[in-house]
Amino acid sequence: MKLVALIKNVPDTEAKIKINADGTDIETQGIKFVMNPYDEYAVEQALLIKEQLKDGSTVTVVSLGPDRVMESLRTALAMGADEAIHVSDPAFEGGDSQGNARVLAEVLKPVAPDLVFCGKQGIDFDAAQTPPAVAEYLGLSQALIAVEFKLGGDGKTATVKRRVEGGDEIVTLTLPALVSCEKGLNEPRYASLPGIMKAKKKEIKKIALSSIGLGAGRVGKSAAQSHGQKFHPLPERPPVKMIAGEPKEQAKELVRLLRAEAKII
Amino acid sequence: MSNVLVYAEIREGVFKGINAELITAAQSLAKETGGEVQLALVGSDVDAHVGEAQRFDLVRVFVAKHSELAHYSSQGHAMALEAIIERGKPKFVLFGATAMGKDLSARVAAKVGASLFTDCTEVGLKDGNLKVIRPVYSGKVYMETVSKAAIQMCSIRPNIYPPAERRSSSAEVVEIPVALSADAIKGRVTETIKATTGGKDVTESEVIVAGGRALKSGENFAILQKLADVIGGTVGSSRAAVDAGYVPHSTQIGQTGKVVNPKLYFAVGISGAIQHLVGMRTSKVIVAVNKDENAPIFQKADYGIVGDLFEVVPLLTEEFKAMLGK
Ligand SMILES: Cc1cc2nc3c(=O)[nH]c(=O)nc-3n(C[C@H](O)[C@H](O)[C@H](O)COP(=O)(O)OP(=O)(O)OC[C@H]3O[C@@H](n4cnc5c(N)ncnc54)[C@H](O)[C@@H]3O)c2cc1C
Ligand SMILES: Nc1ncnc2c1ncn2[C@@H]1O[C@H](COP(=O)(O)O)[C@@H](O)[C@H]1O
Repeated sequence: MKLVALIKNVPDTEAKIKINADGTDIETQGIKFVMNPYDEYAVEQALLIKEQLKDGSTVTVVSLGPDRVMESLRTALAMGADEAIHVSDPAFEGGDSQGNARVLAEVLKPVAPDLVFCGKQGIDFDAAQTPPAVAEYLGLSQALIAVEFKLGGDGKTATVKRRVEGGDEIVTLTLPALVSCEKGLNEPRYASLPGIMKAKKKEIKKIALSSIGLGAGRVGKSAAQSHGQKFHPLPERPPVKMIAGEPKEQAKELVRLLRAEAKII
Repeated sequence: MSNVLVYAEIREGVFKGINAELITAAQSLAKETGGEVQLALVGSDVDAHVGEAQRFDLVRVFVAKHSELAHYSSQGHAMALEAIIERGKPKFVLFGATAMGKDLSARVAAKVGASLFTDCTEVGLKDGNLKVIRPVYSGKVYMETVSKAAIQMCSIRPNIYPPAERRSSSAEVVEIPVALSADAIKGRVTETIKATTGGKDVTESEVIVAGGRALKSGENFAILQKLADVIGGTVGSSRAAVDAGYVPHSTQIGQTGKVVNPKLYFAVGISGAIQHLVGMRTSKVIVAVNKDENAPIFQKADYGIVGDLFEVVPLLTEEFKAMLGK
């Protein structure tokens, strides 16, 4: 089986996000970029299936982005992925989710994956948009926000439990399919020392614009469908009103304020 | 004259509350562009919802039915919505930023070549194009962006817009034929499992009473449930409460839980870690109850009570009862 995990590089969860002087972007200087945390579940799930099948199935990890994504690709190789592809070309820069999804889909066509695993969302733009777009471009079935994954005995179907409002949904998929992964799906492994040493020697395959079937106008900034991007700090809240007194008075006063002042009850 | 189409979410046979909020957003866009507000009903026996849809001020209700659409499927519903878009020719298409809305919107956007902004907290127009605000970097900053596509889609978070008024309208009902074969659909929902907590999901609730580690046990969450019941709210939690096994993960609010946007949020015995704040800080009014006057949550709250939750919360419940005449 051909298993693929799509991975993205994002600022670390602890990163302090500062807006640049003209408000058009964030300051990337001093920010540590890591593999998107949800993508760790994607890589782990692909590895688990490979280990479960033991039939020569392979795991390919793919990332589109600047050179720093190679570090995340190496991490995935060290975890046990067989092959890594870095999708990189100046023409891909400045692409939106859909443009990127179009490129990733083109890259995946010759790979012909049976299963593509993604993160639930990138914790950078919180878009959660690339996975379903890739599924659409490749004609794959999809199940997003997976917390449980079971491959059918015939290897042709899968059952996914996914989180929705007020409960869970079971989605039954016919392969090839795309699954986006939520926390709880599995416990991503740490790369072992031998794994890290082996990963250092592995080649990371490069794919540029010239090796996919898309014109320059269909990718990157020239295909982006939005403009006027501007970042704003969160609006400041007015200072807190502390309610003093005996507990009974505090409770009475809060209820009064919620009605009379906040007009919320 | 740009039409605005709302995708109506129907789950488990229920016309979801978010639909009325999306209609409000659509009406305000249509007012500026002079276009019509349209609603898309997709499913198998959606006729039951046509009457409900017609209670809103809409121009057209598109109905796409097919027996293959009885259960939600990303591919099937996307094909049906594509057919509706071809017919209704909307410039703007609005979805709820819900599990279903997010599942469907990006697929349809890819199909029809539309632009898509997910999880928006504000939508408006700039020179006739969709301009939105959406939180990014786990809600640490907001991003404003404007579309330049021919078809412009977005998903809007629950509880941003008030529900549209219901008054009977004479919206025209238009049936859209969908050609679907069973083998065009490779994945579908085959079962829905309701959360054991029952009631509304935290993301759909206008009032949330959230508890943290300080609750000390699952049983003690009943104190919060009682308050929630009186004011029509839902119980939420911090990760510490989930990790301790007091409440299920479905109630967790924050970076690795849910992002909520209620009118009123009670943080009870929650310290206010950044990973919790990013999930709730857009709440309109935040009340914090904590025994530590230096707890960081007080810096993000509108009203604060320093006190023991086991004493304060039951008193609050009584006061609300008295005020609401319950
Ligand atoms: C990658 C990552 C992701 C995370 N994601 C999330 C997330 O999604 N959601 C989340 O919530 N956290 C998340 N966390 C954890 C977060 O950092 C905090 O540890 C967590 O929010 C703390 O929960 P708490 O406030 O309930 O507990 P504590 O920090 O222990 O706070 C308990 C509070 O209760 C008060 N208290 C104690 N007894 C009483 C009493 N009797 N009456 C009144 N007050 C009392 C204390 O003064 C204290 O302020 C994440 C952390 C990491 C590293
Ligand atoms: N540039 C990219 N390269 C590879 N995978 C990506 C890229 N962008 C997004 N993805 C995948 O899509 C998921 C959701 O990302 P997003 O749509 O950006 O929120 C990520 O967790 C990745 O699995």
